Amino acid sequence: MSEPAASGAWTLDGYEAVIGLEVHAELLTRAKVFCGCSAAFGGEPNTNVCPVCLGMPGVLPVLNRRVVEFAIRAGLASSCAIAPRSRFARKNYFYPDLPKGYQISMYEQPLCEHGWVELLVDGRPRRVGLTRIHLEEDTGKNVHDAVAGGSLVDFNRSGVPLLEIVGEPEIRSPAEAGAYLRALRSVLQYLEICDGNMEEGSFRCDANVSVRPLGATALGTKVEIKNMNSFRNVERAVAWELQRQVRALQAGERLVQETRLWDPEREETRSMRSKEHAHDYRYFPEPDLLPLEVPQEWVDEVRATLPELPGPRRRRFERDHGLSAYDADVLTQRKDVADYFEAGIAAGAQPKEMANWVTTEILRLVRERKLDDALVIRDWPVTPAQVAALSQLVDAGTINRGTAKQLLPRLLGTDDDPAAIVRREGLAQVSDRGALEQAVRDVIARCPEQAAQLRAGKDKVIGFLVGQVMKATGGKANPQLVQELLKAALAS
Amino acid sequence: MSVPGSPAVSSALHECSVREAAARVRRRQVSSVELTRAALARIEAVEPRVGAFLARCEAEALAAAEAIDRRVAAGDDPGPLGGVPVGVKDNICTAGVRTTAASRILESFVPAYDATVTAKLRHAGAVIVGKLNCDEFAMGSSTENSALGRTRNPWDPERVPGGSSGGSGAAVAARAVHAALGTDTGGSVRLPAAFCGVVGLKPTYGRVSRYGVIAYASSLDQVGPVTRDVADAAVVLEAIAGHDPADSTASPRPVPAYQDGLDAGVRGMRLGLPREYFVEGMQPEVEQAVRAAVRELERLGAVIEEVSLPHTEYAIATYYLIATAEASSNLARYDGVRYGLRVPGQSLGEMYERSRAAGFGAEVKRRIMLGTYALSAGYYDAYYLKAQQVRTLVRRDFERALERCDALLTPVAPTTAFRIGEKVDDPLTMYLSDIMTISVNLAGLPALVVPCGADGAGLPIGLQVIGRHFDEATMLRIGYAHELASDWHRRSPIP
Repeated sequence: MSEPAASGAWTLDGYEAVIGLEVHAELLTRAKVFCGCSAAFGGEPNTNVCPVCLGMPGVLPVLNRRVVEFAIRAGLASSCAIAPRSRFARKNYFYPDLPKGYQISMYEQPLCEHGWVELLVDGRPRRVGLTRIHLEEDTGKNVHDAVAGGSLVDFNRSGVPLLEIVGEPEIRSPAEAGAYLRALRSVLQYLEICDGNMEEGSFRCDANVSVRPLGATALGTKVEIKNMNSFRNVERAVAWELQRQVRALQAGERLVQETRLWDPEREETRSMRSKEHAHDYRYFPEPDLLPLEVPQEWVDEVRATLPELPGPRRRRFERDHGLSAYDADVLTQRKDVADYFEAGIAAGAQPKEMANWVTTEILRLVRERKLDDALVIRDWPVTPAQVAALSQLVDAGTINRGTAKQLLPRLLGTDDDPAAIVRREGLAQVSDRGALEQAVRDVIARCPEQAAQLRAGKDKVIGFLVGQVMKATGGKANPQLVQELLKAALAS
Repeated sequence: MSVPGSPAVSSALHECSVREAAARVRRRQVSSVELTRAALARIEAVEPRVGAFLARCEAEALAAAEAIDRRVAAGDDPGPLGGVPVGVKDNICTAGVRTTAASRILESFVPAYDATVTAKLRHAGAVIVGKLNCDEFAMGSSTENSALGRTRNPWDPERVPGGSSGGSGAAVAARAVHAALGTDTGGSVRLPAAFCGVVGLKPTYGRVSRYGVIAYASSLDQVGPVTRDVADAAVVLEAIAGHDPADSTASPRPVPAYQDGLDAGVRGMRLGLPREYFVEGMQPEVEQAVRAAVRELERLGAVIEEVSLPHTEYAIATYYLIATAEASSNLARYDGVRYGLRVPGQSLGEMYERSRAAGFGAEVKRRIMLGTYALSAGYYDAYYLKAQQVRTLVRRDFERALERCDALLTPVAPTTAFRIGEKVDDPLTMYLSDIMTISVNLAGLPALVVPCGADGAGLPIGLQVIGRHFDEATMLRIGYAHELASDWHRRSPIP
């Protein structure tokens, strides 16, 4: 808590930031947490509902075992202790989207406690502590102005399983808040338990923000910010709020503990309710559910199914594949991307070459073609083996990089072997000195001005001359060889 | 309503026990339709005097009876309750039939689903002829808190039937149905059984599913049978008990065949008399009748000994913290948004306030407020948490006593049925009606009430047999032994 501000820490006029994030992550189980209804996102309003998730009289919750398994996965992946016995509790408040008048959550005895998330700050790993992870049910959704003079409620989301992940107030800058969320989302996505889609609300974040004089150990008055539906909004809202708090303190105002809403249009936070109007949730143990017993054998079983997580994988990529920290980070943020990368290596690609292909061409194609389903890339544009083949053709000098990039779109959605296309269509680069020397002589003859410049030591113009030779050879010339020949021809 | 069939035949049919009625249907001596018509005729005859029903479902009942008759005709076993007309307390959901919990707020509520006990009754062949009155949301001891009707004690129309399952007790006593289901949170099956002179059984918590039973206090509620004799209680309990995947608190323990060994007697059994239950201020006739029943069991070979349940005096306070806390949360869903009564307002808050103000009666509001208070920040530890700790002490008292004893014997209430209106203005006095039944719910134990006498005015007196956890069988055996040696269960208030 009182550790000195990290190098990237936010400070303003002698104040530092204290930020703690609470994340609600919707779990990707097929069924809801306390009934058998589908937990799928969307659908016609009130179609994925039953008496239980509508809170009809007399109905009872029955815990979905898979939900607990997912929570244990999250707990283990973030180094939490998994409680052998935890308890559901009722959080009581009235709202139309809350059908029972209480939310089944966990309170005094959460399932997971005392973990941490690793993130990269300025290329260096840092840990942010997790206070707890607990299970709860999602609410329905109020649909305002759907009918004249009133609102409607869609209960499809009611009872969708949620993890509430409460972070320690150890985050010291808006950028770190963003990095924390990305790292946390990455872990959940690796575990295949949450698709991490902030816009659709499957990954939601509230921020507790306060400021204090640099070096102080006591906490300042905290403000909770809600309604931030993207990483960018979280960073901006936190930054805005930090500044507001410092300016208020400087103006001699007293901060009040309150909940504020982020308004992304006006780019400011606005007061929603103060502490005096805070709910008394009257938590008490949920009598309709037995205490949740998680025997050690179950924890061990789940642990055995955990995939390699992004942090360890990033370190392995740096170590085994000789990648930069940056490349390794980009490649390991998503499991499917990292898997794709490694499949290319297995198919014979050089790591650095494969990393370049994936981080530039392939992910660009994925974005352009919207093949990205949040959690999984449904359809890779080309197979990792095809990318490996392309990179090998370049490595072996059979084709040049330009030809390889031109070939890529032709492979889309096919299982064509790039080497076969190169053979069939004679795309192999021309490395025949005799043939190229003639082309070089022709270009020098055609462009005397540029040739003279190069001869005079203006190296920049060589690109132009190489381009001309490439053009003359239908792009197939070996560019290194052309350059060599150009220099040789002009030096003589 | 016109009901065919001669009165003589009807009279004979509605007098049958569940077992006899089911046996007659199985042997094709009578059809379920005849039984059902007889029950409907009896209801028609006694309802003006008793008022046990909030809804009668003639058409559904006759259709169900016809279906049973077809099964019998086809040679199928119609089930242990095959063709027998029964009633269901109106806080138990019945698909397609209005289920109100005797509250204005659910006056128009028709569930799309059966409670598990309802489905089990149907599966056992029972024919549900109507929904029975009770205190609103089962909160009360006299059925006077029903917002939708007045039920009178069949033995004396000026007196209450007990509560909260007053309709169940009164309907069975009046021979309007062969059996009924009630619910018991603090004595709500047992007090009406005692006041109406019938058999009432509160099973071990977890023995019977609560799915579809409109919750009052989730950690205390249990559904139980109200019948005319002990063997019928065994039959109905066996039909409704057992594991339910829809209720996590329902026990997976196998359900014994409760009728087997009913007649094994009490010889050698050790039965405890809790000193704290024979209190000063009890109506003398109640104590005399209970002690006579105890002597009879002793004569039959039981060993009687006095035991102590030292935390008994805290039971009422403990109960009214835990039950109201749970109720304050359980009743939050009645908010006018999705179903039930809605009184529009200018704002969301106003709609909530108006709907709940108009929909709930005074006692329900009182308990919601008590429970809300008990759970509030700053009071939780002193009230709710403390009550849970005392609950553990109460449970330990019983466990200790039941280590030595096979069962405990007590009165059910300090008095016989009181007059209508006598206690309505004094909730505390009303709460004290449950002083001998409430601890059993706190401890999660099973208890059986059998008729064991009458006071000078002929009002019934009950004997309570409290068993060990999941040992309904021993309790039933004791009740049966007592019943064989007495005629109190044969008395009928309305000819």
